[in-house]
Amino acid sequence: MTSMDFLLFTKGPLFQLALTIFALGLSVRLAEVLLLGRRHNYAEARGGQWLPGLKTVWRRFYPDPGTFQRAPFDVLVGTLWHVGFVIVLLLFIPHVELIKATFDIAWPALPNPVVDAVTAVTMAALVAALIHRLRHPVKRFLSTREDYLIWTVTFLPVVTGYLAYHRLINPYPLALGLHILTVNLFLMVLPFTKLTHIFTAFIARWYNGAIFGRKGVQS
Amino acid sequence: MAAYPHPGRPHPLPTTAATLGEALREQGVSRRGFLKFCAATASLMALPPTLAPAIASALEQARRPSVIWLSFQECTGCTEALTRSFSPTVESLILDLISLDYHHTLQAAAGTAAELAREQAMHANAGEYLVVVDGSLPGPRANPGYSTIAGISNLQMLRETIDGAAAVVAVGTCAAFGGLPQARPNPTGAVAVSDVVRDRPVINVSGCPPLPMVITGVLAQFLTFGNLPELDEYGRPRAFFGQSIHDRCYRRPFYDKGLFAETFDDEGARKGWCLYRLGCKGPMAYNACATMKWNGGTSWPVEAGHPCLGCSEPNFWDAGGFYRALSVPAGDTRGTLFAAGAIGATVGAGAAVLARQRSAAAKAERTPVTAAELEQTL
Amino acid sequence: MTSVANPAIAPGATEADLDQTTPAGSFSLARGLVAWREEMDAAVAAFFSSCVHCGLCASACPFYVETGDPQYTPIHKLEPLRLLWEQEYTLWGRLKVKAGLDQRRVTDAMLAQWEPLLYDSCSMCGRCSLVCPVGNDIQYMIRKAREGMVASGHAPEGLVAASVRAVTTGSPMGLQWKTLEVQIKHVETATGLTVPIDQPAADYLVLLSSMEIINFPEYLEAITKIFDHAGVSWTLSTQCFEATNAGIQIGSKDIAAQLVQRVVDAAEALAVKNVISPECGHAYTAIRWEGPNVIQRAYPFKVWHIIEVLDQLRAQGRLQTEGKEDDRLSLHDPCNLARKSGVIQQQRRLMDLIAGNFVDLKEHGEFQWCCGAGGGVSSNERAEPLKLAAFKRKKAQIEEVEPERMVTMCATCRTQLEEGLEEFNMDIPVVGLTELIADHLVEKG
Repeated sequence: MTSMDFLLFTKGPLFQLALTIFALGLSVRLAEVLLLGRRHNYAEARGGQWLPGLKTVWRRFYPDPGTFQRAPFDVLVGTLWHVGFVIVLLLFIPHVELIKATFDIAWPALPNPVVDAVTAVTMAALVAALIHRLRHPVKRFLSTREDYLIWTVTFLPVVTGYLAYHRLINPYPLALGLHILTVNLFLMVLPFTKLTHIFTAFIARWYNGAIFGRKGVQS
Repeated sequence: MAAYPHPGRPHPLPTTAATLGEALREQGVSRRGFLKFCAATASLMALPPTLAPAIASALEQARRPSVIWLSFQECTGCTEALTRSFSPTVESLILDLISLDYHHTLQAAAGTAAELAREQAMHANAGEYLVVVDGSLPGPRANPGYSTIAGISNLQMLRETIDGAAAVVAVGTCAAFGGLPQARPNPTGAVAVSDVVRDRPVINVSGCPPLPMVITGVLAQFLTFGNLPELDEYGRPRAFFGQSIHDRCYRRPFYDKGLFAETFDDEGARKGWCLYRLGCKGPMAYNACATMKWNGGTSWPVEAGHPCLGCSEPNFWDAGGFYRALSVPAGDTRGTLFAAGAIGATVGAGAAVLARQRSAAAKAERTPVTAAELEQTL
Repeated sequence: MTSVANPAIAPGATEADLDQTTPAGSFSLARGLVAWREEMDAAVAAFFSSCVHCGLCASACPFYVETGDPQYTPIHKLEPLRLLWEQEYTLWGRLKVKAGLDQRRVTDAMLAQWEPLLYDSCSMCGRCSLVCPVGNDIQYMIRKAREGMVASGHAPEGLVAASVRAVTTGSPMGLQWKTLEVQIKHVETATGLTVPIDQPAADYLVLLSSMEIINFPEYLEAITKIFDHAGVSWTLSTQCFEATNAGIQIGSKDIAAQLVQRVVDAAEALAVKNVISPECGHAYTAIRWEGPNVIQRAYPFKVWHIIEVLDQLRAQGRLQTEGKEDDRLSLHDPCNLARKSGVIQQQRRLMDLIAGNFVDLKEHGEFQWCCGAGGGVSSNERAEPLKLAAFKRKKAQIEEVEPERMVTMCATCRTQLEEGLEEFNMDIPVVGLTELIADHLVEKG
């Protein structure tokens, strides 16, 4: 198998397989969550549910000042790599191109040197997050094998993307193939791990905001 | 393309000169012109220009090697590219410097006489001649009848011919990687030269067609140093295939800035912006087009406004569409997503119904907690 | 009495489940799991799907912050419930169990291990629910988890006893109307006013909490004065005076429903338009938010916390006060009232009426810190050391602004603040806001 065969395999049949597993698994998970329903609430509401729910979806992107004071590292590093990951995912030219070819929607991308810098920061922050997970008493206590697995499958696409962009693996089809392979891995693992939070966190936040909002509190 | 002046080739003149120096003088090539060629060769091989005199002296004394050129499943594009080079000097020189003893397109002889010429060359130069192959060939498991010459299958002819060869140069992507004949569904079972030649060094000079100067550069190195160039993972001379089109492309700054031609006639196209979105395979294509250009340095595809097809790479024909961006996967991504998503949602809905039934059953069968029960536990 | 001799075996319960030794009484693991299955809903599924073990909830929990023990991380307290969800409410989890790839089970031993985590180290203050970056309402799930703990026989003795007393005597402290009657007489003597009892069609039915009646008798006197001053039509009910709900704290909707039903029956018998929950946090949550759901119907009356009523009177100009407290006052928001019910500005507007030198704690309102005694912790003797540990967070908050007195509007919080401050030799008295208002009413001319 040449590296070109490998690339064509990863971005051809394997990608389609990964996508199938991802879409199938994720939609099962989302349907399971959303269709489970909630019991009718007989208590007289003090506030609405929809708007506070949506507000909470937004507000949880930035923490309250007290939490920031008590866990600045979590907040900074966590935000840093999440934002970095999303920027790289959605604003790198080749990625925009992929989305455009798939959904016919496109948006302006960032210049490559910017994406490059963001990727470097994201990698550094991910490594810092891992070290923090290994050292912080609560995180270490809570962490299961799955937590380290999802760290790995999250880190790999970033690092292989960086290596491919800088051509640190040769030939390029091998580098790109490895990047796409790790992305496929990420997609295949996503529906069966807590990586589902990428999608369900928004549902969770909405429910949180709705439950509190109904009682007149913006959570 | 057809209108430019043609410096009197093909040049199948048999010469009696024994060394290249003699042959050159016979042809009336000036010392100055020859050194210029040697300097160009040095730069092609990424050698310092100071080595040009050494190359010259080596070449002058080199014995004109015999070259047998085998054309299999090919389109003659590689030969065309080589012989139609705009600049009359380098490529014509090299053709004159070798003894091209067998070449379908260029030789005068035909039929039995042509095959006889091949056999003669093989016997006369046993162990020393070079075999150049253009075109792929039906592989060992394919029907050999798909491509024969004088009733001899390509595979048999290749095996016979390389028997006494010093090295094999696979010219063009078909010979190097299988190329167009090998593209899906590969009806003739085409394989690359390196797939069937294991016991001789194979140098791949890929490209569809390859840059003429790369072919001559490889030959020049063999003549000069008697050895083969350093090769990359694909058996290609690293000196020419070491860098990607993308890294050497003059439009690269537009890529980095995010300025793209979206169609072939938009403002970006007119301004010469990056062609990535139009499907340019520059990032994965390793070739020297961006630096050496074509037709004597006149232009090259990207300069002419067309995305690189990545023709120097294996499977370039099947690599997801010439006009689809490199990052766009092959296959119906959206279809897969929606189909799998729809199936998943249905399955998930089914699971949710079961889950709701489980909760409803729990509600129905749950025995309420009473204070009396609690009291018993105290 | 319902026969519970044959508790239903849960569908999906494995043999391993049945092998567990059955705890005392008729409670069983299987029964607990049935209770949990009934509690599963879309929100719970979304929450469990989203947790990434970031541990930020720990930084929001006074029990973790003040002990530094990672097992008190809020989301960890839900691990048994999460396991049941994963194994029975996700297709993937079900397949893994069926294929024998997942040997873990919720067992009685596990629940026994989690009992202190779900009860002793959680006051259901809901602060973690406000901090979780993925939006998990952890408190919402703790409440649900306790249903299964009760049904499986893993509720703390103190809360069991309080629940039994509440159901059998009408008060978690075993207090009788006779005791209240004595106090009513005392209030009437002191104020020269009449405390209305069983007045049909009164605007407001006033409920009390046993703790108030015993520890803070000033409250009844205060509302008697205020309502007289504002011309409010109100009444007590001999049928039901107790507002607190041990069922909510122990986490049994069956017990809670019995207790709420008494309030509803009393309110409907007198045909009142409104019911007032006293200065007690969980009583308000119990009647206002959980009550209609545990009895499965909406009320024909409205429910208010006394602070809401006082603020309405203030807005209507019916509260005429004079003079202000000139010492430095700060406010403790009860979790149940502020974060969990949205009553935040009301108490501040009332403070404005009577406080000349008011300072808010740095984190207040929806982000206030729990006193450490709520959610049944104060009724659970075993949790005493943790209760005191958690209080240190409140203490630190109080030390930051150095008030001369603390004001609050929940008897449990008030008791905890008083005991805690005393424990740490801090001379900061704690007063109820209602009394403070009553002290500043303009004398009728």
